[in-house]
Amino acid sequence: MHFGFTDDELLLRDAVRALFERECPPDVVRAAWDAESLDRRVWDALAQMGVPGVLVAEASGGLGLDELSLVLLLEESGRAALPHPMVETAAVAAPLLGAGLGARLVATDLGGVLVPCAGDADLLLLRAPDGLRAFERAAVTVVPEPTVDRARRAGLVQCRPEDGTLVTGDEGAIDLAFDRGALGTAAQLVGLAQRMLELTVAYAKERRQFGVPIGSFQAVKHRLADALLQVEFARPAVHRAAWSVAHDVADRARDVSMAKAMASDAALHVAGAALQCHGAIGYTVEYDLHLWMKRAWALARAWGDGGWHRDRVGRAIGV
Amino acid sequence: MDLTWSDAEEAFRAEAREWLQANVPESPLPSGDTREGFALHLEWERRLFDARWAVVSWPEQYGGRDATLWEWLIFEEEYYRAGAPQRVTQNGIFLLAPTVFEFGTQEQKDRILPRMAAAEDLWCQGWSEPNAGSDLAAITSRADRVDGGWRLNGQKTWTTRGAFCNWLFGLFRSDAGSERHRGLTYLLVPLEADGVTVRGFGRLDGDEGFAEVFFEDVWVPDENVLGGVDDGWNVAMATTSSERGLTLRSPGRFVATTDRLLELYRSGGDPAPSPARLHGRGLRDRVVRAWIDAEAYRLFTLQAVTAAVEGRPPGAEASLNKLWWSEMDVRLHETALDLLGPDAEREGAWSKGWQFALSGPIYAGTNEIQRNIAAERILGLPRR
Repeated sequence: MHFGFTDDELLLRDAVRALFERECPPDVVRAAWDAESLDRRVWDALAQMGVPGVLVAEASGGLGLDELSLVLLLEESGRAALPHPMVETAAVAAPLLGAGLGARLVATDLGGVLVPCAGDADLLLLRAPDGLRAFERAAVTVVPEPTVDRARRAGLVQCRPEDGTLVTGDEGAIDLAFDRGALGTAAQLVGLAQRMLELTVAYAKERRQFGVPIGSFQAVKHRLADALLQVEFARPAVHRAAWSVAHDVADRARDVSMAKAMASDAALHVAGAALQCHGAIGYTVEYDLHLWMKRAWALARAWGDGGWHRDRVGRAIGV
Repeated sequence: MDLTWSDAEEAFRAEAREWLQANVPESPLPSGDTREGFALHLEWERRLFDARWAVVSWPEQYGGRDATLWEWLIFEEEYYRAGAPQRVTQNGIFLLAPTVFEFGTQEQKDRILPRMAAAEDLWCQGWSEPNAGSDLAAITSRADRVDGGWRLNGQKTWTTRGAFCNWLFGLFRSDAGSERHRGLTYLLVPLEADGVTVRGFGRLDGDEGFAEVFFEDVWVPDENVLGGVDDGWNVAMATTSSERGLTLRSPGRFVATTDRLLELYRSGGDPAPSPARLHGRGLRDRVVRAWIDAEAYRLFTLQAVTAAVEGRPPGAEASLNKLWWSEMDVRLHETALDLLGPDAEREGAWSKGWQFALSGPIYAGTNEIQRNIAAERILGLPRR
């Protein structure tokens, strides 16, 4: 029994964290809100490190790592509120498509009808009557949708199945792809929650009212202690689910659903606490908090919301 | 990460399971927080000790099995899974013993630990006072230096099972001029000593589980000082992280309660509201949440044990443990009562369990104090 990570896994995470700190500051997230096309510099840097191929075998040009590394890296992408479709590309598509993805971006409708980065993707993995099909960008029509987190760049996708190529018709493989997407999103939600908490703690130490930092008031402390509690208990659930997917255990779906339910709830909880503890400044678009908060609102309900996943847990445990 | 048990650990589990199956009393014992029930629980404790299951993680010389933390977790899972009796010795073995191991002299270890393991000495905790609850450093009970020892005066209260125990470990103000957490000494006091008066009183659930303890010129020898004179606060803090952390409330306890909750749900389902059953829908989601909460606590504990095994014992994180298990315990009993509907009014295991669960957010440092600790020591928010 060992519930933790290897030094190598943590070193890679630290390297990716450093990359995001350098290449994906809040300005990059903000720019993705209104850009005509998505700036790919961060993604190209990730691809240089091989991150999109984290789950792809080394023989096929990937890093040959498993879902434990994947969730650590996706947690970092959540911390950075990365606009690019890293879950869709690295967690969902790469294991199915294997070699040759390179720095290409993949979008998919497996997590819901609103497809993030639909217009920016090079390739789309879409549900079809006979399974999952891959489409080149030019083969589909994307209708951009106004959404709350515009950095998600979500849209509706229209396609004719015959314009794509069948990736898999195996329902088991599609279920596994879905579980990887839900797991990856859960990891991002933990990262988002962590960052919102850090932002709020820093603000509460600095902001003074009644002559003292607001973080010295118990009302604020207790709210942030609760937020911390939610994050610290959701994170091990995500890590365990990663292990369950990597080892294809019988309880894989149950463990992924537990992770996604906890991460969704935690991120929504922390978002609420973060906004309230910031006060009016948090309720502006000039301040960065909303970039993370709106992503959390979206991801909490993408790939199945808390209630949907708890239902799946319930079926797995016989209630 | 490796979430499987080794062959040796599986063998340990099988051995524990087999013994518990053969030995756990078939019908539950009366509450160990009553005089009659306490005596029956002592018989059980002695049976555990004779089979070397009383203190599995202790060294063999003191009655244990030198079990690893992992084996200890496995034992606890099996213990609660088997529906075995509450541990009336817990305040000694889980709260005092870790402090004795860390601060005790060899003579103290030899004198105290074997008798504690064998349930020959029964220990209660003497920390809280009428005016020192959450504000523990406000202790006023005094220990005055006398020839060869100390003279105690003052009062302790909320002492769990104090009326049934024969020893108390407590904090006393040994430096009369000191304030707050300075000048306290950790003392071991025989409750049979002259000048000690113990008065038991009823808890919310009706059991005589509480006591107040009065000290009037009670003499205690020097050999009963644990750790340094005037250093009692630091010594005591070693037990607070045991109390809040994983040793007092292992995941096995809540996993077992949740299993009973799932059984209750399966036996009655989620009945529709009706004039006869005046409770609402939505209980299935709460049952699943209860399961998730208990499972999350188990995972958090696996993570904490991994860290401890690697030489990073829990610090302020123990406050997060305590917040989680105590509030989870209330919610999962609440869900059971809602499943029972109007029947919840009857006395029974769930009703009793619920009333006990309500004490969780209060004892071992109130959850308000735990939130302060988490905010100040983990998040680094300013104290004032």
